[in-house]
Amino acid sequence: MTRRILIANAALAAVLTAGTASAQQVLINAGGATFPYPIYSKWFDEYHKKFSNIAINYASIGSGGGIAQVTAGTVDFGASDGPMTDAAIKEFQDKRGSAILHFPTVLGADVPTYNIPGVTASLNFTGDALAGIFMGKITKWDDPAITKENPGVKLPSNNIVVVHRSDNSGTTYIWTDYLSKASKEWEMKVGRGNGVNWPVGLGGKGNEGVSGSVQQTANSIGYVELAYAIQNKMTYGKVKNVAGEFIQASLASVTAAAAGMKDMPEDFRVSITNGPGKGVYPISSFTWLLIPSKIADPAKKKAIKDFLAWMLADGQKMTEPLLYAPLPKAVVTKELKAIDKIQ
Amino acid sequence: MLSLRRKAVNAVMLSLTGVCTFLAVGTLLFILGYLFVHGGTSLTWNFFTKLPTPVGEAGGGMANALLGSAKLLLLASCIGIPIGFLGGVYLAEFGGSSFSYVVRYTTDLLNGVPSIVIGIFAYILIVLPQQHYSTFAGGIALGVMMIPIAIRSSEDFLKAVPVSLREGAMALGASKAKTIFTVVIPAAKAGLITGIMLNIARVAGETAPLIFTAFGNRYWSPGWNQPTASLPVMIYTYAISPYADWKQQAWSAGFVLLMLVLVINVSARMILSKRGQVAR
Amino acid sequence: MSATAPTAFETRPSGRASAFWHRLRSGDDIAYVITLTCALTILAVTALLVFELYTNSTLPREKFGWSFLTGTTWDPVAGQYGALPFIYGTVVTSALALLMGIPLGVGAAIFLAELAPAKISNGLTFLIELLAAVPSVIFGLLGIFVLVPALVALEPAIRAVLGWTPLFSGPFYGVSMFSAGVVLSVMIVPFIISISREVILAVPTEQREGALALGATRWETTWNVVLPFAKKGIMGSIFLALARSLGETMAVTMVIGNEAKIHQSLFAPGYSIAAVIANNFSEASDALERGTYIELGLVLFGLTIIINGLARILVLSTTKKGAT
Repeated sequence: MTRRILIANAALAAVLTAGTASAQQVLINAGGATFPYPIYSKWFDEYHKKFSNIAINYASIGSGGGIAQVTAGTVDFGASDGPMTDAAIKEFQDKRGSAILHFPTVLGADVPTYNIPGVTASLNFTGDALAGIFMGKITKWDDPAITKENPGVKLPSNNIVVVHRSDNSGTTYIWTDYLSKASKEWEMKVGRGNGVNWPVGLGGKGNEGVSGSVQQTANSIGYVELAYAIQNKMTYGKVKNVAGEFIQASLASVTAAAAGMKDMPEDFRVSITNGPGKGVYPISSFTWLLIPSKIADPAKKKAIKDFLAWMLADGQKMTEPLLYAPLPKAVVTKELKAIDKIQ
Repeated sequence: MLSLRRKAVNAVMLSLTGVCTFLAVGTLLFILGYLFVHGGTSLTWNFFTKLPTPVGEAGGGMANALLGSAKLLLLASCIGIPIGFLGGVYLAEFGGSSFSYVVRYTTDLLNGVPSIVIGIFAYILIVLPQQHYSTFAGGIALGVMMIPIAIRSSEDFLKAVPVSLREGAMALGASKAKTIFTVVIPAAKAGLITGIMLNIARVAGETAPLIFTAFGNRYWSPGWNQPTASLPVMIYTYAISPYADWKQQAWSAGFVLLMLVLVINVSARMILSKRGQVAR
Repeated sequence: MSATAPTAFETRPSGRASAFWHRLRSGDDIAYVITLTCALTILAVTALLVFELYTNSTLPREKFGWSFLTGTTWDPVAGQYGALPFIYGTVVTSALALLMGIPLGVGAAIFLAELAPAKISNGLTFLIELLAAVPSVIFGLLGIFVLVPALVALEPAIRAVLGWTPLFSGPFYGVSMFSAGVVLSVMIVPFIISISREVILAVPTEQREGALALGATRWETTWNVVLPFAKKGIMGSIFLALARSLGETMAVTMVIGNEAKIHQSLFAPGYSIAAVIANNFSEASDALERGTYIELGLVLFGLTIIINGLARILVLSTTKKGAT
């Protein structure tokens, strides 16, 4: 009987490994930012439909996870909406023995999304108000700092429930980068980063977790990428920009933010939050793929380089339905040249 | 005569115990019912046959997660069951006293380790040196969890075989090994098989150790060296997401997982009770 | 096995060499060696586990020492690692789970062991033991979508009864230490019930009969005679349940709120050791941070060893079979 069981096991194992990688199948593992996950998952799916032997398995684990995993070498490339710090870049160099390259993919926006029973309007928020809420200094929805900018809306006297990210996040980087520019107090007390010491609030895992928490918790406010708010039909507010206007995140306002950028540096690491100009949405940002400059496996290297070229051409056409702004043409040209840096 | 107060206390407390039981049993029935209504009734064929789709697009399924879980459990069983079973044979048949005590103590120790710590262990041991997540790492993590359970249940069921059977075999001249493998083990067969079944059911629902080892995959996972989707991890990922379609799939997956686990448990118990032994 | 293996009556080993071959052919030694190796594997695996946990947490252990366990600020960005909020959350949610689970569990065990007729008792116990087989992530699923909204709806009632204590003050968002405690209690109740029932069944009938003969009511017998007799075993089951709840990961992280702060109120969100490891381990940005999660794993491991050890001592001494 033992022999029969062993044979059965072996047969089963053979069947289950039938999907073993043939010479042509290329499986690339990637992980990182949840901010662009809606457009990335669309891209990777479309690319797989086009080239069925190439599967890019992207795990939406947060920018922090993306940076950590690509540095540890457990994924082939990462993704983050907070550009890697110099220290992080050096660590990658030390650990993996090559440089790490940033490739911007799309432009997106962090929006303040909230769930206030009875309020369906898009509220106006100043930078100071948002900083105050997330620092725990503004605790009720009918606080003057909020009501002052929203004269027509009846705000209840309920406690504000803050929701932030529990994981290291580029979305957090964008949010805190903006708050640091908009509020000196925030910059001093909390600062910017993929992860910060949040004074108050519940933690949600990924953009998904924060959206889910805000949806399920009355009187809550969180920050998520625009696509999440739209896809889940959540209410989100307008933010005051440098020019003094209250702007809601949209394709137009995000594109305007990128247009206001002076020069794209060689390594593509740049912050465009709180930028000058009319019609600009102040909490906009690029998001990057983090690709090692040396990729050992030739099949993977070709696949990744081909994908990047596709992403900069066909991929850019798919961004708008998902409310991500495509890259400015100058940036695309620069990036196409930079693909050659991948050896 | 009994005072009224004492009678009243008696009646009240005993009824309360009945209420407690009712609550406990009711919870299980509630869980079953709720999962059936929310997950079972909307189970579609897509769930079993399709791969996950990009976010926001309906029609995706968990075919890769089902296969992934099957592969993980197969690998885990191949590791955990032989080692655990033979270890149990040692304790039941060969064990001296102090060494066996140490083994049993360590078994209980390992059994009590939280599954997330086992996940960390497998990550350090396998994922880091290999530089990637894999079905293999996940299988090892689950296999390590299966070993102590397998040892315990094998030992218990082997020991339950009457000594007279062993003595009879040895009186006929069989060696110890022959006795064990031709007499004792077949006699304990029902218990051993149910032990394996319960072991698999227990490990099938484990999520935490897979997060750092098998990781996850939106596609099919070829072979054993790539990350793979698994049912419990998909449930977790989808449940905490904001997408209605994903949440619905989480319910369906939860129902499927629960049914799998319960069917195995119920079958195991029924096999045992048929043989007259009560499972522990 | 081979039909041609000689029996002890047929051959007589005549020299050392043939004695050796005889033993080898009979397979005893091989069987012994193989099974012994497997038993040793358990020891090896456990030792390796402890070793890996210990060596990979050297960085934080050397840097922070004991202040790791007493510090209250967990700030990976600033490099500050104080694990007290997680220890607090773990202890509080488990304590809450026991507080709710023990009366429920022991009560049901009494019913099943003392009052219910055997067939019904066996059937119901079977169902309750199935509850123990339900995976943690399913409890988490039900926790988020059923329990938390239910508790949100029940909040005014709870506050009316218990709101006078600081334990139930402050705002309630649904996800909280209280919710985690409730989910955990449901998860550990089957263990308490099944072991306590066994222990109570093992109490000799003479004890009961003696009390009843003296005029005690059923309840008085149970409370004053049976339970004290079964006390050690019941305590053992409680420790076992505690050990389970300390290590519970998925269900807790889905309903506890994931906030690394110590709050007095149970209505506030919190964090547990297992939950923070699950959430943050894979994105630890440097060796120090990864080491801290491994050290947390070590802490959890240590806690469960101690508690399981206590459980073992208590349960082994009162039931025939050992701890499950």
